[in-house]
Formats: sequence, structure tokens, C-alpha cells
Amino acid sequence: MRQAARNGFPEAGFAPGPLAAPSRRGFLKAIGAGAGALVIGAHLPMPALAAEAAAKTVGPADPRPHAFIIIAPDNTVTVLAKHLDKGQGIVTGIATIAAEELDADWSQVRGAFAPADAKLYANHFFGIQGTGGSTAIANSWDELRMAGAAARAMLVAAAAARWTVPAGEVTVSKGVVRHAASNRSLTFGELAEEAAKLPVPQQVKLKDPKDYVLIGKPDLHRLDHVSKTNGTAIFAMDIRRPDQVTAVLARSPRFGGTVKSVDDAAARKVPGVIEVVSLPVGVAVIARNTWAAMKGREALTVTWDDVNSEMRGTDAMLADYRKLADQPGAAAAGKGDADKAFAEAAARGGHVVEGDFVFPYLAHAPMEPLNAVVALNPEGGCTIWAGSQFQGVEQMVAAHILGCKPEQVKIETQWAGGSFGRRATTNADYIAEAVMVAKAYPKAPVHLVWTREDDIKGGRYRPLFLHRIKAAVDDKGALVAWKQRIVGQSFMAGTPFEAAMVKNGVDATMVEGASDMAYAVPNLAVDAHTVASPVTTLWWRSVGHTHTAYSKEVMIDRLAKAAGKDPVAFRLEMLKDHPRLAGVLKLAAEKAGWGQPMPQGKGRGVAVHESFNSYVAHVADVTVDAKGQVKVDRVVVAIDCGQVINPDIVKSQMEGGTGWGIGHALRGEITMTDGMVDQANFDSFLPMRMSDMPVVEVHIMPSSERPTGAGEPGVPTAAPAVANAIFSVTGQPQQTLPFSRGGIVS
Amino acid sequence: MENTIALRVNGRAVSVTAMADTPLLYILRNDLALNGPKYGCGLGECGACTVILDGVAARSCVIPLAGAEGREVVTLEGLGSSSAPHPVQQAFIEEQAAQCGYCMNGMIMTAKALLDRNPDPTMDEVRRALSGNLCRCGTHVEILRAVMRAARLLSSPGAQHDDQPSDRHHARPDDRIAVPADADLCGADGGERRPADR
Repeated sequence: MRQAARNGFPEAGFAPGPLAAPSRRGFLKAIGAGAGALVIGAHLPMPALAAEAAAKTVGPADPRPHAFIIIAPDNTVTVLAKHLDKGQGIVTGIATIAAEELDADWSQVRGAFAPADAKLYANHFFGIQGTGGSTAIANSWDELRMAGAAARAMLVAAAAARWTVPAGEVTVSKGVVRHAASNRSLTFGELAEEAAKLPVPQQVKLKDPKDYVLIGKPDLHRLDHVSKTNGTAIFAMDIRRPDQVTAVLARSPRFGGTVKSVDDAAARKVPGVIEVVSLPVGVAVIARNTWAAMKGREALTVTWDDVNSEMRGTDAMLADYRKLADQPGAAAAGKGDADKAFAEAAARGGHVVEGDFVFPYLAHAPMEPLNAVVALNPEGGCTIWAGSQFQGVEQMVAAHILGCKPEQVKIETQWAGGSFGRRATTNADYIAEAVMVAKAYPKAPVHLVWTREDDIKGGRYRPLFLHRIKAAVDDKGALVAWKQRIVGQSFMAGTPFEAAMVKNGVDATMVEGASDMAYAVPNLAVDAHTVASPVTTLWWRSVGHTHTAYSKEVMIDRLAKAAGKDPVAFRLEMLKDHPRLAGVLKLAAEKAGWGQPMPQGKGRGVAVHESFNSYVAHVADVTVDAKGQVKVDRVVVAIDCGQVINPDIVKSQMEGGTGWGIGHALRGEITMTDGMVDQANFDSFLPMRMSDMPVVEVHIMPSSERPTGAGEPGVPTAAPAVANAIFSVTGQPQQTLPFSRGGIVS
Repeated sequence: MENTIALRVNGRAVSVTAMADTPLLYILRNDLALNGPKYGCGLGECGACTVILDGVAARSCVIPLAGAEGREVVTLEGLGSSSAPHPVQQAFIEEQAAQCGYCMNGMIMTAKALLDRNPDPTMDEVRRALSGNLCRCGTHVEILRAVMRAARLLSSPGAQHDDQPSDRHHARPDDRIAVPADADLCGADGGERRPADR
């Protein structure tokens, strides 16, 4: 695929594998823990994750002293997150899990980002260190419970030894270790040094969930809230190293373009501009400050070579997609004989419904534009300060650029101002750029900053997709056949993830949510065409489900109408084998007052979907005014994500997912004319505004199942629930996004 | 090309030498090492850079330095600190109104300016006041609730807050190169339980 090689990024990629661990002393220094701290970790091999299930007693199989928890003599408990916190609250979530088993008092708990280390901090689902796919809690559930329980056992053992009493008589509660019979107590901090000298227990006993005091409880304050209200939370954008310079990059205005020639004479005359360098990825202007760098870039004259560029506009691309949709694609799912079932349904009083769905390119546009600070280390390698989401990839890509070992690439992960998938790329794009600039200008730390225009025009979009769906209900209103063709780009093809993610010519992320449709249907055929284009694409909050859930749920309402059935009842008939989906559907419907008559001009719609092992249903209420303009009034969400760690954060994620789904359905689109992106900033790529946000009610299904995730699963059903609410009023199915295209949203 | 321009930031007189067309935001961030105001769009479209200029919420990314000459700028740092938050900050903390937190500066500064001129706004008035501030995480519901709570906090007896910026929060020259030692210890601001009044 051409897109992998786009713009001169290194293609060497990486091979997930173990890297050398840092020395313990160096690590402790890095995270600021002094002498006398108890540092505890627990390494859980991957197979144990599946096998553990209900086991109450599990053993840290490999109790090396890598840190998840640091108990310091000052009585603080610092829990290290190997995952990026980009707003989803994972630092708090992970700390909650550890603190629960540790019986720490929440007021003594701190959070910190773990350093980059492929061996110690790999995401068990990815095999490399990285955050995504709503995996962070599921990943940390066993690991952090075991680490917390092990640390607690060591504190108990240390207290028992000091008091010369049996460990069984020592209790721990709210950060205090007690021996009731002799009325003695010690804090964690007072025991930290002695506990650190003890061996890590080989077996630990985990709490019974009925004894939880932190997990699943409301009103547990997030660890990052105070600092985020007063400017002391540090984002990569806030990093200032001695002598740091700022760089911006002129990139090809068309995807696939390369630098042909540069005239930098005027740029070099801009006060504050230090250097201009041509790189495989563009032309870097390096300056004393941000403004000088920006002005310098404006003064550049760059001629671009478009021989490999995408020259089509999105309308032309879509026309090509429609032609492709007339031809069979690579099979993603198949059972029965859909064509035969359509003929039978048509002949015997059933209904056949068809539709094309169009989903535009979409930018992630996190509030903090992409940026990273890179300083070359005197001993080789470099240090990167960034809202780093794929530390494992970034280490390998930076090492490839610098010709050093991955472990010589240190990463100081910072709070990230949003990501929605954008900071996790298979070639570490913006971090690779920053490393290239630092290599070209080794005199000082380099802060590479993307402007908002760079971000909106910069690609890595949710791909443009066309879905063609044909489905039928029989004369009794039962779904009998479903045929779906999906046309779009794969962002996995040509990357190191291809082998795992692309099977038989189908990228799993293109068809997820369609090929594995939960609704019972005897005849199913899903296929896909993978289209190549230099336009760069990427996962975008909830990935394939951003489009597959939408087309499925909108078609289901059309079929329910054709069958003369209530949309909730119709769905429940087809979800008999999916009790958790049926559960959230019933919960959302009940809480929303489903079935009550709606006043004139108001409509109610529903959607339900599984993604990332979580189950979510949305019920949306809309008003369609006399001019046909739509306003979303209220949304009720129900989620089943297994055992909930922090219900307030799950609620936030459902609100966020709802806003994300609806906001982009209203007006979000990236379009191109002759290969040039039409949008540039938030005046043309239009996000949800405060006035668009409906009232959102979130209901969490009580569950003792293993925890899954909440970051992604709130998105897929939000927009189709709104579309179905509009359909209930107007009878017009919304099959082209965004809604503003159809004139129903201004 | 460069001019020396005097203004007041968080109650302190400062003098900055830079190109006069430099947006105030970059002066605050690059020259004065203030991290409250954030770069989000450079076009006055997202509100992340909001400061209070002579009492009015203003987009520092589109105000040239020359336009701030002789004027009083208050940034987020001028409102309150971790140990002594301003009531608006306190309300945002209590409502857990941040996800990624990058928009928080703009939300809080805009809310502060709104409540200064309208101490008892309706929810619709709050929505309108914040309609120019973008949040991509979808924390809108909590943000709206936080502003309503801030109005209550500010109007309750005994909740008076000294709005005068204090010297403690001023950027020192050294700050421009210093990364706080505890920068990555995110819980340093305390993890106390929220008041049980919700």
C-alpha cells in the first residue's frame, strides 16, 4: 500500500519483542522515588489473563521488582500507569484497582505515568506498550489487583515482624496497619522501608468484591482534577527544556506529495528563525519561539512534487467507491443464501429494503494539537516528552531514525489533551517528525508543534466509507437475510499490524460490527473492497463501529417499520442469544420511557451495539421543527462493561462518547477538492458546541463480569439512535452523514 | 522589528520584547512561562487560550501583543492555586468537570467573566456564554453543572474570594526553563473525596 510509505516515514516499522529492562536504580530515580521506598510490581503472563477468571488466589508468576506501586516514607502511595491518560481517567482507574487491594486511603494515593519499557509495561493485548481499544482497565485488572495485594501482604509482614505478632492478627484499613489486641498501629510510610526488604509473596489472596470500599463506588475524586483546573497539569505543550527551540513543518498540501524544491531565503530573514531544514517529511522551520516559527513557515516557498499524490476530490473518490460496490468484494462473513432468501421474501409477502450509506472522512482534532519535545541524549538516543500513546512503536521508530537501540529512547509520558486514536499511529508519525528535526538540529531540545490547520489538513482520518446494504423480513416480520458491502481504505494494510489484522483481504477493523452481527439472521453475506489512496487514515474513537453500528441500526429501524414492529421489540426478538445486549436495550428503553406517545414534531429512536467487549444502548429524543431543523433534546444511555471500577468515569465516558457520536453526525466532515482538504480549522471542521449537547442520562448495568472498557463503546449507538428518532418523525432514513448535508441541521 | 511593550499580568508589571504582532498567547506561554492559557486553534474559534483582559474574557491567540499594551491580563494562574482554588475552580473540581482538561482554562476563565457580570445566570445563559468554547471530550454536561455550582458558591455567605491576583502565582524568570519537579506526579494535588453534597 502506498500510504505506508507516505511522506518519507521510515518503513522499517517494528517487530514486537522484548527489550532490555532499565536498571532498577535508574528507574526509581526516573520516577522520583527515594531510598526506603517499597516498590512493588507483579508480572502476569498473558495466558493467565484468560485462565484466571474467577480464581480468588493467584500468584505473581514473575515477581521482579518492576514498579506498579511505590509506597514512600512520606506515606504517599504512587500507582504507575503504563497507559496514556488522554482524558479517559485511566490514571485514576488504575490507581483505584491497586488502592483497593492495598487498603490504602484514597487521600494518600497519587498517580504517575510509567516510563517506556517494552518488557515491563507491554499492553498484554498488543504485545507492545500502548493504549487503545478500551483495553487499559481489562489489562490492569489482574496486574494491579495482584500488585496491590502483594504490597499489602508485605506491609502486614513487616508490621508483624516489628511487633512480633502473627501476621494473621494484623489488619489494614484506610492506609493504617493495626494490631488490635495490643492497640498498635503504623502508617504505610512508617513500614515502607522494612517492607521493601521482604520477598514479594508468591501467592496473594484477592478481595471478595463484596468487601470493596473503592471499586465501584461513586464520588471517588479523580486524581487529576485539581491540577487540571489551575494550569499545573503538564501537557507536552507545556514542556520547556533549557534552550528549547520550536519547530513547525511545511507538509505537502496533497497526500502523497514530496518536496521538489525550497526557497527559504525569506523565511531565514524572519526575526527569531534559526534554521530551515528539508526532511523526507517536509520542510522544518526552527525558531526561538512559536510565532517566529509560524511566520517563518509562511515565508517559505516550497514546490511540491505531486506525481504520487491523491489528486481526486472526495466526490470523485465516492463515485469510484460506488462503481466498486457493484462488484463482489472479499468475503468477511457468510452463511446461508442471502440472494435466495431475498427472492423468497419478495415472492411471499415479505419486504426487501436496500440502501447506500455514506460516511465522510473525519479528523480527530484533539484539543491539544499534536506536539512533542525531543532532546538528543549525550550518551546516545534521545528523550521524548509527549502525550505518548504507543510508547513501544515510538521507541522503535525513534531508534530507527537515530540509529540507536530502542531502549536508548526514553519517553516521558505527559497528560494528553485528547487523542481519540490520533496519538496512536503505526509509524509514530508526529513523534518521528520531531525526532527527525532533532537529529537535523542537535544543538538544543526541539519542540515540534502542529498548528490546528496542520491537524485538520494532516490526514490520519477516519476513512471515507460506502456501505451498500440489502436486507429482508419475511411475511411474519422476521429478519431472513442481510447482505452488506463495505468500501473504504484499510489503515492496517502496509503496517506491522497487517499480519494480525488483515485476513483473506479483509481488514478486521473495516467490518467489525458488521461481519459479527449479533442479530439472529439465517442468511448473511458481508464483503469488503479495500481501496488504496495516499490519503492517510487511522482508527478514530470506536474504529470500525463508527460506521458499521450506524448502518446496521438505521437499517434495522427501516426493517422494523416494513415489518410493522416496534423497534425495541423487533430487536429483542433477534437478541435471544445475546442477553447482555438485550439487557442494556431493555434498561435504556425502560429509563427513557420507551413506548410513551411523543408529541407532534418530537421523535424517539433507539440503537444497541456491542463493541470492545462492552454493550451499549442509546435512546435519543429529538425535536424536528416546522422548518425541518433537528435538535437533539435528551439521550439515555445504558452500558454493561462488567465490573465497574469508577462509575463516575464510566458516566463521563458515556457522555463523551455520546457527544462524539452525535457531534460528528451533525456537521462533521473532511472533504477534498482536487486532492486538497477543504477544511482548515474549527471554523470549517465543525465540532459539537455547548448548545448542541443534549441532556444525557447514563445507567450502568450492575455486573460481576470481568471489567471491559468504556472509552470507545459509548460512540457507536449515539448517532444511529438520533437518526432513528428523526426517522420516526419524518420517515426519512438518514443514510448520508453528516446530517447537515441533508439540510436538517444548520 | 521587535518592540518592548509593558503590560500587567496577574497583578504584576511585566515588560516584554518581541515582535509587536505576536499574539498575546505566545508571549504568555513562551516568554512568561504561564501554562494556563492553551494553544488550540490560533483563530479565536476554540476558546482554550482565554484570558481576562481588563475584566473581559478575551481570546489571547488573536490579540497582538501591541493590543495588550498597558492593560491588565489575568490568566488561570491568577485565579487560584491547588491549595486555595478560586470558587469557579472549586466548582469545576467538585463537579469533576475535566476529562483531558485542555479546554479547562477557557471554560473556567469564560465562566469567571460571565459570573462577574451575571452572578445568577440561567442554564441557557451559561450555554450561550460557553458556546464559543470547544470541548472535544464531551464533558459539556459537567462543565455546565460546574458553572451553575460556581454561581452558588460565589453567592453563598462566607464564600468570598479575594479576586486580586496574588504574587505567588507569578511566573518567575526561572520558570521558563523549569519543568516542575513533580510534573508527572499527578496526584500531588490531593485525592480527597469529593464533598458528599451531590
